[in-house]
Parts: sequence; C-alpha cells; structure tokens
Amino acid sequence: MVGVLAQAAVNEPSNAEFFVFIVIGAISLGSALCVVVLRNAVHGALMLVVNFFTIAVFYAVMEAQFLATVQVIVYAGAIMVLFLFVIMLLGVDSEQDLRANPAIPAQRPAAAVLGLVLFAALAISVAGPYLQRSSACPSTEAAAAATDAAASTSCVGLAAANEQGNTQGVGALLFGEYVWPFEVTSVLLVIAALGAMVLGRKDEPPEDLVDVHVEADPIGAYRADASEEV
Amino acid sequence: MVVPAGYYLLLAAALFSIGVVGVLMRRNIIVMFMCIELMLNSVNLTLVTFSRINGNLEGQVLSFFVMVVAAAEVTVGLALIVNLFRLKASTDADDVDSLRS
Repeated sequence: MVGVLAQAAVNEPSNAEFFVFIVIGAISLGSALCVVVLRNAVHGALMLVVNFFTIAVFYAVMEAQFLATVQVIVYAGAIMVLFLFVIMLLGVDSEQDLRANPAIPAQRPAAAVLGLVLFAALAISVAGPYLQRSSACPSTEAAAAATDAAASTSCVGLAAANEQGNTQGVGALLFGEYVWPFEVTSVLLVIAALGAMVLGRKDEPPEDLVDVHVEADPIGAYRADASEEV
Repeated sequence: MVVPAGYYLLLAAALFSIGVVGVLMRRNIIVMFMCIELMLNSVNLTLVTFSRINGNLEGQVLSFFVMVVAAAEVTVGLALIVNLFRLKASTDADDVDSLRS
C-alpha cells in the first residue's frame, strides 16, 4: 500500500500531497485518539507531541513554513516540556482508571454521541463546500500558470502571497497591519509569566529550607566531619 | 489523486471532535488540558487551510496569535493545576467540588 502510494507520488508530483495527507493524517488521528484513550498521562503527553509534529508537517505542506517552524519550537518544544514537567512533578503513578464509574451516569456514551454530532455538523458546515475536486489547492508551479476564473469554493493557493517568502510575508503583516495586537500579546505574555510566578510561589517563609535548630557555621561543622574521617 | 482543501478541514474537524470528547470523558485535569491543546491546534489547522483557500496570509497571522495565547494559557493553567494538587492532593476533576452545597 505504502509502496504503491510512493510510486504514484514519484510518477506524478501532484500525488505527493495526497500521499503525505493519507499517511500523516492517519498518524495524526491515531495519536489524537491515543491522547484521549491512554490511561497514563505521560503516554498521552508523548502522543500529543506526535500529533503536534504531524500538524507541523501539514503546515509545511500548506505553504506555511514559518508556522511549521513555530509549531515545532513552541508546541512540541516549550509547551510539551512544561506539560511533562508538571506531570512528573505531580507524580506519574496517578493513573486514572477509565473503567471507574463516572460521576454522571452514561457520561461516556453521551460524550461519544455529542462528539459524533459535532463532527457531523463541522464536516457539513465547514468542510462541505470545499470537498469537490475543483477545491484542490494548486501547487506553486501550477498556480503560476493557472488563470481560470475562481468559483467561490475553489482554492486560490498561497503562491502569490508567498512570492517574497512565507516568513517575510507573515512578518510584514505582523509588524505592519497587526503591530498593535502583536504588542498586546507581548503584554499578555508578561502578565502570564508574572501570574505563573505568583501562583507557583509558596506563601509560608522558607523555614524548611534552613534548619534553624542547627547551630550556625555549617562550614565549621563540615570541617569537623572531614577531620574526623581523616 | 488531488487533495481538495476540504480534506484538511475534515481532518481538523475530526481532531476538534476528539478533543471535545476527551474533555467530556476524561477526569484527569492534565489530560483534559491536553485535549484543549488538541482543539486549539485543530482550529489553527483550519485557519491555515482557509488562509490557503483565500490566498492571503492573515489566517496565518491569526494562527500565530492563537499560539501565543495558548502558550500564556498553558503557563497559567499548569500553575493553577499545581496549586490545586497542593490543595487537594489529586488531579481528578471530580475532587474539586468545594462550591457544591
């Protein structure tokens, strides 16, 4: 199966995106399901890392190279380290038994049904209009040649917008039209860092760090120990 | 063998639904938090897809802002979870029922 797809991708370049979509999409869905299903929180976090990487691959395929890089650095790097750090801090042995009785009866079937209904609604309303073959996004080379009049559901592609390079384009927008929201997000990050520090602080004075009942001059005590050993 | 843009939107919808089901099903606060990250990522995927459909980069800029806000949210949220664990010695959402009369 994979060999056939790979051969098809080599034969016709437009098949490459299809090949990537099938393989990475399967990994993405599987890892997302594992996040929900796996009992051990550490395993769930590692599956979430896999999912973040697959989404970075999708960004790269969809001509958003800057976001793909940011996704790997921020999500798969920083945020997941934070998650794993907190899980380890709180103890990895706190596994949750999925079969234990939930507080609300029939919570799990109701959640599954609601999820299916939500998926159906999203698929019909958001994805539905773009499922025809004409909605396929042109590759960069094809977009340069394409001149066809666009239906409302056809895909324009980012070849024109990325002419100067994706990072340059995003940067020009970010520091041009959207510089005020950008500055506001920097203030938000400072507030979040301050908030995390305030929340993580212990209120009581750090008496447990200094043993007040031992006499001062710990270096002298250390010297005494050392001389005894000698 | 072309990939219509709707396929990416379908995948993002599936990821979002999985995240919602995870939040509804699981009771471990950390796992619920990870499912929220899953949902944020699927919305980012939708934004990038629509940016490609419409041929301008503003969707990617909005996606970037979502990432920044998600980073801030994770920082504060995990600090809250650590504090909650100090208080209740548990990461089960059902144990946090102090407001129940």
